[in-house]
Amino acid sequence: MSETQYFDEMWGHDETLRQPYRQFHDWLHRENPADLRAKQREAEELFRLTGITFNVYGRTEAEERLIPFDIIPRIISAPEWTKLSRGIEQRVRAINAFLHDIYHRQEIIRAGRIPKEMISRNEAFLPHMIGVEPPGGIYTHIVGIDLVRTGPGDFYVLEDNARTPSGVSYMLENRETMLQMFPELFSQNRVQPVQNYPTDLCRSLAACAPPAAGSQPVVAVLTPGIYNSAYFEHAFLADQMGVELVEGHDLRVVDGRVAMRTTQGYQPVDVLYRRVDDDFLDPMNFNPDSQLGVPGIMDVYRAGGITIANAPGTGIADDKAIYSYMPEIVEFYTGERPLLENVPTWRCSDPDDLAHVLENLGDLVVKEVHGSGGYGMLIGPTATKAEIAGFRKKLKARPGNYIAQPTLSLSTVPIFSRQGLAPRHVDLRPFVLVSPEGIRVTPGGLTRVALKKGSLVVNSSQGGGTKDTWVLGD
Amino acid sequence: MLGKTANGLFWMYRYLERAENTARLIEAGQRIALTRLEARDEEWVSVLQSAGVLGAFQAENETITKEAAIDWLLRSRANTSSVLSCVEAARQNARMVRTALTGEVWEAINATYMRTRSALARKVSERELPKVLGAIRQHTALVRGMTHGTMLRNEIYDFARIGTFLERADNTARILDVKYYVLLPTASAVGTSLDNVQWETILRSVSARGGFRMAYGAGAGPAEITEFLILDKRMPRSLAFCVDKLHCNLRYLHKGKRKPLPSLRQVDQLERMYLVHDIGAVFEFGLHEFIQQMLTQLAGIARQIEIDFRFYE
Repeated sequence: MSETQYFDEMWGHDETLRQPYRQFHDWLHRENPADLRAKQREAEELFRLTGITFNVYGRTEAEERLIPFDIIPRIISAPEWTKLSRGIEQRVRAINAFLHDIYHRQEIIRAGRIPKEMISRNEAFLPHMIGVEPPGGIYTHIVGIDLVRTGPGDFYVLEDNARTPSGVSYMLENRETMLQMFPELFSQNRVQPVQNYPTDLCRSLAACAPPAAGSQPVVAVLTPGIYNSAYFEHAFLADQMGVELVEGHDLRVVDGRVAMRTTQGYQPVDVLYRRVDDDFLDPMNFNPDSQLGVPGIMDVYRAGGITIANAPGTGIADDKAIYSYMPEIVEFYTGERPLLENVPTWRCSDPDDLAHVLENLGDLVVKEVHGSGGYGMLIGPTATKAEIAGFRKKLKARPGNYIAQPTLSLSTVPIFSRQGLAPRHVDLRPFVLVSPEGIRVTPGGLTRVALKKGSLVVNSSQGGGTKDTWVLGD
Repeated sequence: MLGKTANGLFWMYRYLERAENTARLIEAGQRIALTRLEARDEEWVSVLQSAGVLGAFQAENETITKEAAIDWLLRSRANTSSVLSCVEAARQNARMVRTALTGEVWEAINATYMRTRSALARKVSERELPKVLGAIRQHTALVRGMTHGTMLRNEIYDFARIGTFLERADNTARILDVKYYVLLPTASAVGTSLDNVQWETILRSVSARGGFRMAYGAGAGPAEITEFLILDKRMPRSLAFCVDKLHCNLRYLHKGKRKPLPSLRQVDQLERMYLVHDIGAVFEFGLHEFIQQMLTQLAGIARQIEIDFRFYE
């Protein structure tokens, strides 16, 4: 028995089957690999038929792609989850308090816990939101917290997604697919359900209705349209909630309310779950060229005529430069020690940090402060000399644009590969709903898996796949 | 319901119906070509005409051959009414109105799209043609069946039906428009009954050869065919049938409204002016003029529906 470098969530460090996987492993052991291979193909067919696809940016409609799905679930025990969800809840509470503070009195800056220019010079800071009181006091209604794991009890927050986190439809469809293909697994294992998410989402949104709403708030989902990479998810969520899926040109401001064009005339919308970025939300207040937004919606919002979820300007909380201050932020607003750890982060805007980063480029992961989707980053240990030299130049030219982190030994979970089980690196994005009624973390989330051997990049745009994520009952 | 959604549903079902109609026209054309020695390549001119794509075809092709005509009708992307273009457009609209469809309908249209795309990825050989056309008709029928079996009878369903029947009426009227002269009383050869290649083409183009014989007997001729396709409400592709359905579904959409919208008034008028007489009156009015009037009126109604239900503004 050899010690493995990476922690495997099924086999630990030393090839000993871990408790949460025991039942599943018994089942797996009895199954015929050829049957499982057939099931894997069947899963793909199911995804294709239901149209669970994403569009790759900059490609035509013809290129709808499937995110590869792996049939081996990722399993988390009840005690592990309890610990995680407490940490997530604490973090999300802090993020909302931080957002309120940043757009009001800015106590955290006065207290000297965050440098002023982190906010004032940050592109994600939205001056339009200063002094605005969002309905219910909630800024970020839907949050996705990206977690990585390095050992049995070692979880780190890699990223907070407080703007428009995506992927929840995969969490739900992955479970549906597993239920359909392997019903017996759910008889043998007590897996906490995720299927209430759409109902919870709808309730949570309705609970944040603005003062102008009636007793039955009208909720709608705003999508950039069918060419958007996440269009499937927008349609899926609207469908599951039983609400309208609207585009900018379906909406206009009528009598101080945002209203949608129905076959019977214009009808006011109370809560808009928008999947359009801030910049495109309102051509009158932001990017004047936007075709995706609603002219004047910000004015209605400020007057309490509509709830926008998530609120505009929440990007200031999930900015990668702010990320490094999250431990301070959690402590400042909750008065508690953070339950979830941050990945140690060097801010390249700081000369000492920059010097350290430049010296150790070969061992570090360097990320753009505003980047996303795994683009524009350097993974030192796997990068070529030329790539490292290129990044060195970039770092020197605009150090404030970058942060750096150690290369983490991300945990692995086996995938069902052609050669049988093979360990691959994973991350986890649990989804959180926030309303005045409380914070709800759906047990599970989206597990993304790097399908390429040794790869640490789990993004679907770069060859990543997904797994069903189980949280076992007590 | 969003105006945009009504628009998407209307077009999804129009395109679906059009895909099926075009497949049927190809089937009829091919059948005649293979079984009638007197049939010639010009027959494809009228097939293209009936599909409303002759002008566009001629702009791209110098001569008309069977092979080129079939390819144009089946899979040309330059032809927005080709089976492939229609299925793609229907599915695109379905994606747009995904939230208004049941999962079953969505999966059926998505499967139609996937199968059609793979079947029409390459030129279809003569041998494969019957199988491909059959599969297309079966798939579109599956979407219709799922719609019928799983959708609520509400305004979503009404717009789906309105799109279907407007397109179908338009299609039947166009077939008649191209072939009207063979149905004129002066053109009928006494005693030939169905032994006329042109009449057979017409009936096959609307999948009604068997039905016609059952309803009118073997001795029936052009006057009966005309009556069958225009006025017979038993025939699901006749103008009277389609306009009646259009009328019904528009009336459902008016539930609770005090004043009828212009589109309903127009359909009402169309039905009362053109579709309540006997076939003698149609011939007296002039078959060609009659059909031309129908086509114009149908187009007008489609435009009015867009306005009445705020498809765009």
